[in-house]
Order: sequence, then C-alpha cells, then structure tokens
Amino acid sequence: MCSARSARTGSITLTIISTGSTAEWQDGWRAGLVPSAIIGALALWAVASYNRLVGLRNQVLNGWRQIDVQLKRRHDLIPNLVNAVRGSMDFERDTLTAVMEARAKALTATGPADAAQKEGQLSQALGRLLAVAENYPTLKSNDNVKMLQEELSATENKVGFARQFYNDIATGFNTAQQVFPTNILANMFAFKPAELFEIAEPKDREVPTVDLSRK
Amino acid sequence: MNLLEQQASNRRKTWLIMIVFISLLLFLGFGFDALYLGAGGGFVPIGSLMALGVGSASAFAGYYRGDRAVLLATSAKPLAEVEASADEAGKLKLRQLQNVVDEMAIAAGLPRPDVYVVPDEDPNAFATGRGPGHASIAVTRGLIDTLDREELQGVVAHEMSHIRNLDVRLMTIVAALVGAVALLADWARRGMLWGGGPRRRDRERGSAAGVVLFAVWIVAILLAPVMGQMLAMMVSRRREYLADATGAELTRNPLGLARALEKIEDAAAPTRAINRGSAHLCIADPLGRQMNLKTGFWSDLFATHPPMAARIAALKAMAYQGVQP
Repeated sequence: MCSARSARTGSITLTIISTGSTAEWQDGWRAGLVPSAIIGALALWAVASYNRLVGLRNQVLNGWRQIDVQLKRRHDLIPNLVNAVRGSMDFERDTLTAVMEARAKALTATGPADAAQKEGQLSQALGRLLAVAENYPTLKSNDNVKMLQEELSATENKVGFARQFYNDIATGFNTAQQVFPTNILANMFAFKPAELFEIAEPKDREVPTVDLSRK
Repeated sequence: MNLLEQQASNRRKTWLIMIVFISLLLFLGFGFDALYLGAGGGFVPIGSLMALGVGSASAFAGYYRGDRAVLLATSAKPLAEVEASADEAGKLKLRQLQNVVDEMAIAAGLPRPDVYVVPDEDPNAFATGRGPGHASIAVTRGLIDTLDREELQGVVAHEMSHIRNLDVRLMTIVAALVGAVALLADWARRGMLWGGGPRRRDRERGSAAGVVLFAVWIVAILLAPVMGQMLAMMVSRRREYLADATGAELTRNPLGLARALEKIEDAAAPTRAINRGSAHLCIADPLGRQMNLKTGFWSDLFATHPPMAARIAALKAMAYQGVQP
C-alpha cells in the first residue's frame, strides 16, 4: 500500500516538474543512473583489488625478511653449541672447525644468491655435527647439551618454516596478479611476480654425507 | 582428495550449511511475523529481529572475554609458570612445546599465541580467542607426556589452524543462530497455546499453497530446536576437518597429526578439566568420547567432532597413503 501511494506521489511530482520550465538534464538524469552505478561498482572493485595486491606485496617482502631474522638467530646460537660440546667431543675437531668456518663464511655473504649458498653449507655442517653427537653417550645425557640441540633443531625448523611461509605467500601473490580480471589491474600498475625461494646449488639437493667413524 | 582439495571442499560445505541455517531462520522468522504479528501498513519483521537480537546478545557476550573464561574454567596455567617449577626433563619438553608453537606461528605468518598447560592426564588440546593476536592455545599435561615432537607439532598446527580460520568467531555466529531459532520456536509454541492460533491475513485465506506452507511452517517450528542443534554440529565437524587439512598444510606432514590422533584415541578417558561448553574447541571430544566412538546415525548427527577413524583416513589420503579401492 505504501509503495503504491509513493509511486503516485512520485509520478505527480514528475508531472509537475516536466510541465514546468526545466533544463534537459533533469529529464535525462534517470537515464544516467544505471551507467553511473556500473562505473561506481567498477571503481570500488578496482580500489579493493589494488589494495589487496599492495597488501600481498608487503607481506611477501616481510616474509623474505623473516627468513633473515631466523638465519641471524642461528648465527648467534652456534658458538654456544660448539662451546658446550667442545669439551666432550675432543675427537671431532674437524667437524667442530667445519661448523665455525661455515658460520664465519655465512656472516660475510654478499647478496641473496651468495647468502643462500653459504647458509646451505652451514646447514650441512650443522647436520653433520648433530648426527655425530649421537655417538657420545655422555653428551646425550647432558641436559644442557640436550637443550642446545633442541634449540638448534628448532632454529633449523624455523628457517625452514620461514622459507615455506615465504613461498606460500609469494605463490598467493603471484596467483592474485595472474587471475582474470585482476591481471589487467596488475599490469596497469606494474606489479611484478615474486620469485620463489629455490635451492641454488644442486649439491644441496643431495643427501648429506655423515662420517661417524672416530677420527 | 589431496590437502588443498580437502580444504576447498570443507569451506564449500561450511558455506552450504550456513546458507541452510540462515534460510531456516528466515523461513521461521517471516512466517512468525506474518502469522502472529500481522503486518499493518508496513512489514517490519519485529519477531525475527528480536529473536536474532536476543540470540546474538547471549552468544556474543562471551566473544570478547570468552577466552579468559574458558582458560579459568580449565585451570590452565601459563607456560612460563609451569616451566619455572618443572624438573630438567620437564623443562626440555616444555621448551619443545614453546618452540613448536613458535614454528607453527612462523609457518602460518601469525603472531605468537599465548601457551597454557592444563593439569589433566588425558591428552587433549584446545585453542580459544577471537582471532590472531588475541588467541591462546592450551594443551594438557597428558598430551605433552604422550606425544613426541612431530606429533605435538601436528596437534599445535591443528589448533593454530582453528585460530587462522577464525573458527571461534564462526561458532559464536552459529550459537547466535541456534539461539534465535530456539527462541522463535519457543515464542511460536507459546503463541499457539495462549492465543489459540495465529491470525491469518484476509487476503490469503483459502489458498491451497498457503495451507501447505502453513503446515510445513508448523512442522518446522516443532523441529526447529533439534534442527538448529544438528546444523550447528554439522558446522563444528566441518571445521574440524578443515583444521586438520590446514594444519597439515602448515606442517606439510599429515602423518604426524594422524599418529597423534591415534595415540589420543587410545588414551580414551574423559578430560575432566574441560567442560561441555568448551568441548567444540578441543582436538578430541573431552566428554568421554562415547558419542564419537559409535558411528550410528544419531551419533553422527549430534557429535561435535567427526569420528577419529574418518579423520585419520582423511589425513592419510593427504599423504597419499589411503586405502586403495
């Protein structure tokens, strides 16, 4: 009932307007209603998509930096571990030295590709040290050493998960840039696909060799 | 189905159940307003709005501080406190727990949740809090003692996924809907008892479709509380499957969680510390698991958690280790 009444009053109003002196735009304003709604919706979509792409790009950058955070934690932790086991593992001087040298090299890395390679070598050296430590019963029962071993494997895990998260978020960012219709927007604003974290050296894909014989 | 396909399927099914739920509420509500309150010059669904308002108020009352209440009710202690009074072996396990939570927070890209320990020998875990940044994860002593690091990581990943998928918020909305549906059904039944039946609009008297619709509406009113509960439990089970799948995505190791679930199922005692209200937040049903051990028709409908065997099978399928037909 209400709607019928208002339609009648509406048409009465329109009749008054149209019979009076009017400019042409007042008659044509209704024709422009639908196109302006469409343009408005497009504008909203464009703003939302652009903001989403910007948010994803920043998360990708943050994800990359988080890997560095975990790598630095590892650098700081290694001297503690080596000192804790040095007393009991006199025989493993080679293994211990290899770890400290790899760490020193990793600290002086230049650029991401170089860093990736040197961090990979450090991971291998650490892996060998942890495996060899299994040979020492006194070490295994030492609570301090167990705690340090836990910290070290947790740090390795965190580096791995930081890389995993970076790859996940980079894939999400790349997908968002490439699906239609957002890809039009991405090209317009020059969004670049993010590079996934990859193993640089083919050697890193090999199973690391561990020598358990006492030297 | 692989990991990502399972996630997509679970999210779709959640949407489907929510649409059915909201349609049920709208059907009941508009029927209630049309028949009982009768529209004068305009149609404002007062009854539906009031039911939704009251239902939401009670559900959302717990939304902001609810996590504190749950943690208090289960006597959960912060991890730092428990670590301070533990022996060396205990300290190592608790340190492992903290590291596992940190690792999962990194993998999910979320801020670290607070970690609590519940003093109960039965292995169980739950997550509370309205979203990332305001979340807590609690595990029982039994869980820490029973599981190894890999399995613990699977359980923590599952709980982290509940936080990431905003399941607490979803279940609060579901609770509001259940409350609204129950209230409408209650008012309609009282109206029938007192008012001697709903008023009918003069225009619609006598149409066959109107009579059929009315009959369907009456049946819906009678079954509404049960249907609401059933739909809520369906949502809860879907989110459990989704948390399993997204948790496996975090660890990339579905078998770790599968082994943890097997161990949790073997220790089949009720977790007394966790009460009925928080049951849907846990990884395994804490109420003696009677409902979840049986796989009959009714138990399937009203259980908060899916049967363990089905969850383990789904996880093994993600690891391409399912039973081949």
